[in-house]
Amino acid sequence: MKLSVADLKRCVGCQLCMFACSRRSGEGGLINSCIEVRSQGGISKGFTIVVCAACGDPPCAKVCPTGALIVRDKGGVRLDSAKCIGCGNCKNACIIDAVFWNEDENKPEICIHCGVCAKYCPLDVLAYH
Amino acid sequence: MQEHDSLNNVLYIDLSKKSFRIENRRDLFEKYIGGTGVATQLLHENCKEGTDPYDPSSPVILAVGPLTGVLPLASKTVAMYKSPLTGDLGESHAGGRSAVAIRMAGYGAVVITGKCDFPVYLSIQHNKVFFRDATTLWGMRSRFTAARVMREREKFPGLRAIMRIGQAGERMVAYASVTTETYRHFGRLGLGAVFGSKMLKGIVISGKRSIPVTDRKAFRNLYDEVYKAAVDSPVMKKYHDLGTAENIGKLNAINGLPTMNLKQSSIEGIDNITGETIAQHFLVRRFFCAHCPVSCIHVATLREPYEDDPYFYKTTFVGYDYELIYSLGTMLGITDVNKLLVLIDKVEELSIDAMSTGVVMAWATEMQEKGMIGEKETDGIVLKWGDHLAYSEFLKKIIRQPNEFYEAVARGVDHASSVFGGREFSMAFGKNEMPGYHTGPAAYIGYLIGARHSHLDNAGYSLDINELINAPLDAKTIIDKLIEEESLRQVLSSIAICFFARGIYKIDLVSRALAFMGYPYQKEELMEIGRKIHAEKFRFKVREGFSYRNQNIPERIYETKDPTGLIRKELIHEALEYFGKRMGVEV
Ligand code: SF4
Ligand code: SF4
Repeated sequence: MKLSVADLKRCVGCQLCMFACSRRSGEGGLINSCIEVRSQGGISKGFTIVVCAACGDPPCAKVCPTGALIVRDKGGVRLDSAKCIGCGNCKNACIIDAVFWNEDENKPEICIHCGVCAKYCPLDVLAYH
Repeated sequence: MQEHDSLNNVLYIDLSKKSFRIENRRDLFEKYIGGTGVATQLLHENCKEGTDPYDPSSPVILAVGPLTGVLPLASKTVAMYKSPLTGDLGESHAGGRSAVAIRMAGYGAVVITGKCDFPVYLSIQHNKVFFRDATTLWGMRSRFTAARVMREREKFPGLRAIMRIGQAGERMVAYASVTTETYRHFGRLGLGAVFGSKMLKGIVISGKRSIPVTDRKAFRNLYDEVYKAAVDSPVMKKYHDLGTAENIGKLNAINGLPTMNLKQSSIEGIDNITGETIAQHFLVRRFFCAHCPVSCIHVATLREPYEDDPYFYKTTFVGYDYELIYSLGTMLGITDVNKLLVLIDKVEELSIDAMSTGVVMAWATEMQEKGMIGEKETDGIVLKWGDHLAYSEFLKKIIRQPNEFYEAVARGVDHASSVFGGREFSMAFGKNEMPGYHTGPAAYIGYLIGARHSHLDNAGYSLDINELINAPLDAKTIIDKLIEEESLRQVLSSIAICFFARGIYKIDLVSRALAFMGYPYQKEELMEIGRKIHAEKFRFKVREGFSYRNQNIPERIYETKDPTGLIRKELIHEALEYFGKRMGVEV
């Protein structure tokens, strides 16, 4: 199963997806969010959604010096937190900015394609298949 | 209240010294929750009696609540300040992303005092505040440049909000607004002018953090409960579908819609500007505030042809809602959508309160119609109901203030009419221009006693529509009901939720939500806190010279047909007397 953006034009910028993702930790706020909704330069122009594209051969995994990012069968990666040294290479390697950074823990926040965000999008912008 | 919740942090910024400090104010948040409750206390602490609203020491307070960034619909920032329009309590609520951004930056409240010696914008990033030179932005016509500059120059991670003033604030028009996220405003009571007096062009604030809860399971369940209610409930669907504009046709039909300075309460040609018509032909987009699944912000497209070039159009996105259609439409006799949108767009550009502006212009039109002012006062403008171009010109002059008349107009209709006359049709209550509800006596009593002077802060309108329209109530009952609701709404604005969600955030749900944020308050305790906050706001108003007795109540309200047929002078005065008694003050 994989998360994708089905119809960006329906997005109204409520950011419920971001809160849903972060809430997986059980707490409020946004620190753990792996998805970001940005305005396309002023909100009257609409929005863009930054989230992991589940690359087949993910550049983030290639630059990880400790092998903390494990490539998933269906694309994308899984983070082995214990191995992560917080160097930030993965963040720099992702050209769509979909590797987010948790400043508190100094670790990347990696989308696990669980689909929780899609469940809370009131307008079906996000799809999970 | 949880000990480690960053809500306890209050950020104090001094624009004169260009310094800031952070203080832990758990004492305040514990007792007054947040939002309105905490902001009121911070106002008492930081604003000395008799302070001029434009004095450098006059504070601007922004506060959010414990549920901000935790539950959906807790989307409002409460701003408090001394109002240059009324001279007493100034309170404005705005959504957009402002509330979540303040919370994510790690604050429960921000207190801004002082005055900068050059135009400045503030960049607040976690525990740092940068004072940026905004000289180039000051006086600029384009409303987009300031926001773009702040967006592009202040690149830092996290959820970000941008608040800024326009020319109205810079020129200290007493009803200037602060705009956030293009379409949302801290409106009504002149926060924009207070920013202007401090040379404060805007604020960009952002951050990202987690907010602890004491019971994860309770949090998750309640979240889903609120989310489901917000997405499924018919009330919220109403705000989503047509938005508040839905009421235009309805209120017109029952004679509750102020028209042409309330000479009438319905207007011919209403079908051209109802929520339904605009949605069908002009609606292009909806927007949400951060963390709200309702999307009540409706945006229409305005397509204006260029005269010098065939098939070449200027396309603008213009936000609209009930209050805008009332104040810049029916109140001015405008029933053409394009004309209405042109005017709304101008008001947006200047960042000035739409309701006050519309009411001021309606008063001026009637003054000219009656020959009480001439073209000398209006500086050559001939105002006519429905003539949007004349109103556009008038707007520019409110900003420029070329003569004494416009200087007076820029201070509000109550002041202008005290100088130039027309008190009996100067449609302000407590010096604040009226909202669009001529629904009955309770609405007016509500405007007069409301602690925030916005129709949303009192239940008058719904009391008229749901009860008084069927059977009369005596003055005491009306006041008792209004006070009860007012106390409840102090609680809601202290947890800082959107009032549109008041049907979901029943007091019992509020109590359950606060429980996992570490507040062990039962329903009755919450209501008691609400009453206390109401009294505290009232204390500030009275301290600053507010009195019900020397308010102007324009005769017009008794003359124009209303849905209840009950608007009588005796009833209103009796209600005010009784209110004074209940609040324990000399009115
Ligand atoms: S799929 Fe899961 S991890 Fe990925 S962005 Fe959505 S909620 Fe977050
Ligand atoms: S929840 Fe849906 S509509 Fe809201 S911001 Fe996310 S993608 Fe857009």
